[in-house]
Amino acid sequence: MTIEVELTGIGKRFPGVIANHDVSLHIRPGTVHALIGENGAGKSTLMKILYGVQPADDGTISVDGSVRTFASPTDAIEVGIGMVFQHFMLADNLTVLENIVLGAEKLHGIGDRARARIREISARFGFGLDPDVLVERLGVADRQRVEILKVLYRGAKLIILDEPTAVLVPQEVDALFANLRELVADGCSVLFISHKLDEVLAIADDITVMRRGTTVGTADPRTATKHELAELMVGSELPSPETSERTVTDEVVLALDGVTVLDDLGRERLSDVTLAVHRGEVVGIAGVEGNGQTELVEVVMGMLRAAGGTITLDGNDITRLSTRGVRELGVGFVPEDRHRHGLVLDFPLWENRILGHQTKPPVVKGPLLNPAGARADARRIVEEFDVRTPGVTTSARALSGGNQQKFIVGREMSGDPILLVAAHPTRGVDVGAQAAIWDHVRAARREGLGVLLVSADLDELIGLSDRIEVVLRGRLTGTFDPSQVTAQDLGAAMTGGSAA
Amino acid sequence: MKRLVYAIAPPVVAVVFALAATCVVIAISGGSVGAFLSTIFSVPNDRILVNIVNQSSLLAISGFAAAIGFRMGLFNIGVEGQYIVASCAAAFFGGSGLVPGPLNILATLVVAVLAGAAYASIAGILKVTRGVSEVISAIMLNYIALTMAGYLVQRYGVKAGYTYATKDLPLSSQPLGFAILPGANDVWALTIVAAAVAVGYWFLLSRTRFGFDLRTTGESPTAALASGIGVKKMVVISMALSGGVAGLVWMPAYFGSVHRFGVPENFQAGLGFAGLAVALLGRNRVPGIILGAVLFAYLAGQSNELQRDGIAKQVVDITQGVVVLAVVVAYEIVRRRQSRVEREQVSEELAATGAAAPSGEGAR
Repeated sequence: MTIEVELTGIGKRFPGVIANHDVSLHIRPGTVHALIGENGAGKSTLMKILYGVQPADDGTISVDGSVRTFASPTDAIEVGIGMVFQHFMLADNLTVLENIVLGAEKLHGIGDRARARIREISARFGFGLDPDVLVERLGVADRQRVEILKVLYRGAKLIILDEPTAVLVPQEVDALFANLRELVADGCSVLFISHKLDEVLAIADDITVMRRGTTVGTADPRTATKHELAELMVGSELPSPETSERTVTDEVVLALDGVTVLDDLGRERLSDVTLAVHRGEVVGIAGVEGNGQTELVEVVMGMLRAAGGTITLDGNDITRLSTRGVRELGVGFVPEDRHRHGLVLDFPLWENRILGHQTKPPVVKGPLLNPAGARADARRIVEEFDVRTPGVTTSARALSGGNQQKFIVGREMSGDPILLVAAHPTRGVDVGAQAAIWDHVRAARREGLGVLLVSADLDELIGLSDRIEVVLRGRLTGTFDPSQVTAQDLGAAMTGGSAA
Repeated sequence: MKRLVYAIAPPVVAVVFALAATCVVIAISGGSVGAFLSTIFSVPNDRILVNIVNQSSLLAISGFAAAIGFRMGLFNIGVEGQYIVASCAAAFFGGSGLVPGPLNILATLVVAVLAGAAYASIAGILKVTRGVSEVISAIMLNYIALTMAGYLVQRYGVKAGYTYATKDLPLSSQPLGFAILPGANDVWALTIVAAAVAVGYWFLLSRTRFGFDLRTTGESPTAALASGIGVKKMVVISMALSGGVAGLVWMPAYFGSVHRFGVPENFQAGLGFAGLAVALLGRNRVPGIILGAVLFAYLAGQSNELQRDGIAKQVVDITQGVVVLAVVVAYEIVRRRQSRVEREQVSEELAATGAAAPSGEGAR
C-alpha cells in the first residue's frame, strides 16, 4: 500500500490575488516530505487544493501516475489522501472509537469490528490508544494520535500534517516522529508542514520550500543546513533570538510572593509561587501547557484574583488591583490568544490601538477618544514594527497572523511600559515577523524593560531569557541558566521527568 | 461609494422582498394586491403625515434604547417593560404637579429615565450576580411591568371614563406642539427628544471612552477583559442606560397629546418590541435607526387606509416582520462579502508592495 503523488504547475487565483502559481511538488512513496515556508507563502491554499477543499485553477494532481480531480475531501480520502488539521476536530465527550467511526460508519461498523480495526492500527504504529477511553481524558499528544488514526482508519496512504509539533513538548515530538517513521516504514507517505527547521531536518526525507505562492526550491535534509533553508524561505538570513549583552539590574520591577490561585472548584492552579523580574531582565516561563502559565499571566494582569500571597509592581501592591489599574501602572500585555484577547477583529487598526490603553494619551483625551491621536500612533506602529497593511482603517481581521501580532507587540510597547507580560509572543508567526518581535523585545530590555515571557517555543525561551523558570503542576520547580541549558533538559524538567 | 451601496442595498432589497411577500399573502387570502400597493404608495394626507412624524419619534427612541443593548452584546427585550414602568412613574409624577409649570416637563423626563434605568438594572444585576440570561428575566419583567402598572393606576389613579388613569398633566406643563401643517394636528413638542437621543447616542458610542468600552465588550468580551474593562460593571451600566433611554419612549406622546397614563386606553403598548426591530433594521447605526423608525411609522400610518380597500390593516405587521427577517439575512451576506473583499484588498496591496521590498527588515 504505497502512494505517489505529484502536483504539477498548480495555480490558484482569488479575485485580485494570486495565492498559488506554478507550484510543483513530488511526494515519493514511503517518505516524509516536508513543506516549509512563511505564513502567507501559500502552503494552506496548496493543502486545501490537495485535500479537495478548493479546486485548482491550473495544473494537475496525479496519484500513482493517473491525473485526478478532487471535488471534495471525500474524493481525496477515496484515493488515500488524508489530512490532520492543526486544530483538532474531536468531540471531548465521545470515546476514541466513537470519534474515529463518526462519519465512517460504513467501513467497519461501529462495534467490535471497528474496535478490532482501531486496535490493530494502533498496535501496528505504536500509538498505544485504547478505543474505549473518553477523548477528554487524553492529552494533546494522544489526541493528535487519534486524529492520525482517524485518517488511517479511512484508508489514507498519504497523511498531511499541518504544523503537528506546534502543540507538543520535545519528548512528545520525538514520540510523534517515531510514529511517523513506523508509518513510512509501512509504505505510507507523510506531507509534513512546519515552521520549525530543526524538526524538518530531523524527520524529512525530502524538503520543498515555498515563498510568495510558489515553490522556490527543494533541499536534501542530509546536506542542507538551517541557514540555507531559512534563506530560501525568507530570502535572507536566519533570525536568531540570542541576546548578547546582559542588561539585568538589581532593581525589582515585578515581585510575586507566595502567590496561590484557586480554580472554581477550589483546586490549586498556582501554588505558592515566588518570582521576581528585574529591570532589564527577561524571565522565561517554561512548561507544558496547562501547568499554570495562563493563571500566572492572568493573576499578574489582575484578570484572576490570588487566593494567597502578594504581587508588587515597582513597589506598589497590585494584588487586588483591576486589570485597568495594572495596565495604568505601566504594564504591557501580549496575550496568549490574539484573536480572543488581543484584538477586536472587526475594529479598524486605529481603534485596536486604543484597546487596553483606554485611559492613556495619545489615544484619549480625558473621557473622550482622540481618533486623530490614535490614528497617528497606529501609523507609527505600522511603520516601526513593519506591519504589512494598506492603512490603519483596515480591520484587524484582514491582516495575516504575523502582522496582527506585530501590531499587538507594538501597541503594548507604546507609552514606555516598565513591564511587558508576553504570552507566546511569536506563536504562529512567520520567521521574519518573529525576528522583528525579538529585536523589539531586546531593544526595550536594553532600555530597562522587565519582561515576563511565557512561551512554548524553547528556542525562544533559551535565546531571549536571562533566566528560565520551569512551571509544573502550578509550582515553579526549577531555575535554569539559558546559556547552559539544552532543550532536552528543559523538556525533562517540564514533564517532571528528572529532578531540576 | 461602494460602502454606500453596501449600506443601502440590504434594507432596500429587504423592503422590496417584504412587500412582495405581503402581496403573496394578500393574493392568497383573496384581497386585491393592486389596491394594497396603491394605498401603501399613495401620498399620505396631512393628518397621516403628522402621525408618521410623531410615531417615528417614539419608534426611534425605542430603537436607540435597544441599540445600546445590541452594541453591548445584550438583547434588551425588556425595553417594552421598561417604558411601561417609566411611563407609569412619569405620569404619576407629572400629574401630581409637584414641580410647577414647564420645569415639570424636565423633572418628569428625569423620573422617566430613572424609572426605566432602575427597572432595567434588575435584569442587569441578575445577569452578573446570578448568571440569569437577560432575555429570560426581561421577558418576565415585561409581564410584571404591565400588571403592576395596571394595578397601580387602578389603586392610586382617578376614574377616567370607564377605566382608571393617572391624574391629568397640569395645563401649565403641557408644551405646545409644532403646527407645521396648517389644519392638521400638531407635531409633538417632545419629538425633539428623539433628535437629542440620536445625537447623544452617536456621541457616546463613537466619541467617548465609555462608548469604546461598550462597543469593545459587545464585539469581544474576552478582549474587553484583557484590555481592563470591568465587563460585569459594563453589563449593569449599559443595561441601565438602555433602560433609561427606554424610559423616554412614550414621553413625546404623553406630553404631546395623551397627558395621562392608563392601560390599555391611555397608553400605546408594543413600542418596545417594535424598537428592537427598528434597531435590527438600522443595524444599530443612527441614520439606519431613524430611517427604520420612519419606515415602520409610514407602514403603520398608511395601513389605516387599507381598511377602506377591505384589507386588514394588520397585513403591514407581516411586511414589518419580513423586513426585519430579510434585512438580517441581507446584512450578513454583505458583511461576509465585505470582509472577503477587504482581505483580498490587503493581500493585493501587499503583493504589490512586497515585490519592491522582498523580505522585510525583520530578518537580520
